[in-house]
This record gives sequence, C-alpha cells and structure tokens, in this order.
Amino acid sequence: MQITVNEQNHTAQANETAGSIRDRIKTDADLIIVNGFPASAETVLNNGDQVVLIRRGEVPGVDELDALLTARHTPGVHQAVKGATIGIAGVGGLGSAIAIALARTGVGHLIIADFDVVEPSNLNRQQYFVDQIGLPKVYALRDTLARINPHVRVTACHLRLSPVNIKEVFGHAQILVEAFDLADQKVMLIETFAARFPDRSIVTGSGMAGFGPANTIKTQQVASTLYLCGDGSTAAAPGTGLMAPRVGVAAHHQANAVLRLLLGKAPEDEA
Amino acid sequence: MEIIFNGKPRELKAGTSIQELLDQLRLDCLQVVVEHNHNIITRQRLAETTLNDGDTLEVIHIVGGG
Repeated sequence: MQITVNEQNHTAQANETAGSIRDRIKTDADLIIVNGFPASAETVLNNGDQVVLIRRGEVPGVDELDALLTARHTPGVHQAVKGATIGIAGVGGLGSAIAIALARTGVGHLIIADFDVVEPSNLNRQQYFVDQIGLPKVYALRDTLARINPHVRVTACHLRLSPVNIKEVFGHAQILVEAFDLADQKVMLIETFAARFPDRSIVTGSGMAGFGPANTIKTQQVASTLYLCGDGSTAAAPGTGLMAPRVGVAAHHQANAVLRLLLGKAPEDEA
Repeated sequence: MEIIFNGKPRELKAGTSIQELLDQLRLDCLQVVVEHNHNIITRQRLAETTLNDGDTLEVIHIVGGG
C-alpha cells in the first residue's frame, strides 16, 4: 500500500505499523503523527495514511520544515487554506492576533495593511514586543509571522487605507478581515470593499472592549456578505478600555470565521 | 408603502430616501453599514437612493475598538 512519510511517497506492507515505518525511515524520531494526530508505535497503518516522523528539538532543514509544520493540520484543511489569500485591514489588537492565528493555520498568503507604528501603549493587547517599539506594525508583524511559519507569504503595506487605495491593496484578497479601531473607518472599509467586490466575504469586529463576559462575543451573519464578530455594542470608551482577553476572543472568532469560509462552511452555525 | 427593515415590516412614506430614514431614526451614517436589497451601499449613495415598496434594508450599527 502507498503512504506518505514526511510528505514523501513510500510503499508500506499491508498492516505495517507506524513503529515499523519509523524504524525503517527515521529511527531517532520520538514523535509519530498519523493523519494529523499523535499516534503510538503500535498503530496499524492504512493505504493513503499521512505519517510524519519528528525528532523533538531537532531543527529541520528548510525542505523538511513545511511537512513538519503541517503535521498537526487536518489534511483536508491544509490543502484548502494553503492556496488562500486573505486581506487584513489594520494590525492592532484584532489584526495582529488574526494574522498569527491564520499563519499558524497555514493560510498561504496574507495581505496586511496599517499606517501605525508599535507604541508601548499597544502592548496591553497587541501581538508585538518591547524590542519592536517604533517599528511600523506591518513590518514588525511580518517578522513575527516569519518566525512562526516562514512558508506563509506576507504582503506588508505600510500605508493609510482609504477609499482610493483599498481596492488596489486588497484586489487579490478573497476574504477581507476588518480589524480597524475607529467605527467610521470600519464602515468606510466595509462599504468601499463591498462596492468593488460585491461577492467577496468581509469579516468585521464590533464590540469587544472592557471585561464583560467572553460569552457575549458571537459570530453573526449580518448581511449577505458581512459577518460580525463581537458583542455588537461595547465600544472602546473612557472607562471601558480594550484589553487582551476580550480582544483576543473577538480576534479568534474572526480568524475562525475566515477558516470556516475557506472550508465552505457557514461561519455562524453548523447548518 | 412597506419595506422590510432589519427583518421586520415597517410602514414608510413613499419616496423616502435611505438617508431620510436614517435621519428619522437618528442613525449616524458614519457608524452604520447599510445593505439595500442585498447589496452593501456606500454613504455617498444614501441620499440618492429612494426606497420602494417591498425593499429590504439592513442597517448594521458598528462600534469602535480593535
């Protein structure tokens, strides 16, 4: 029967175990992943199985890295996301976390756009580091994404998005993530992108300030092509600041909505 | 005439524009996304777009923070 081992095709005997494959191909591997899930050496393999053999702590060569990074992806999922291009408008609290989640998921191409630079006041919720203070956020985030997954292509646009440049910057984005801060800018982005690309989905964040219950943050379809993640009402205001936990919850609702759209599933429910 | 506004029937004077309806409802066009008959429209077109009997209108309020 045919299997793949670290993304290479191999012929295995019927009923051969994962441990037998390890002993033949990579004796020193101490972690065996079969079809995206850790497996014991006794696991009996089937035709078409995808086996990844990992030695913990070993830094792999560039060629092997992609196979190892994708070992924990559910096989059908990885195929669907690695060809995708996703636009992220704004890389503050929402956008930086969404970009990291999508890069870890293996989305092939991210277009990130923001005019801002990293400031100390960002570090309460945004995915930046003290040694990145003063850098444009899109370049700091591109560096971080490369450290997580060098196979994700990142197009970093250090500019202020406006009705004039949105269609150009995100022309190749099959889904747009709205991750701005100010309400009027969020609305401007949504209507500009929707007017130019009426069939493409937009995932927006609205209502994630403060420290109210995380359970009030939801994903809802609010228009034909618009999905809203948040509680829908809690604006950032004096006394109701933006904090890492709820911003992170909303950001990951947005990232999961993107993943579900890429997999052809409704973001808001199982139907 | 009657339109479907955020999923519910609503009586409206014939010839009302979307901008006039937003004004009546005291909704700031800079803070809402407007979907008219399943198309999101830009704020520049709110005043020139007149509502007709049977139209559907979704007005989504967006709040700041991110």
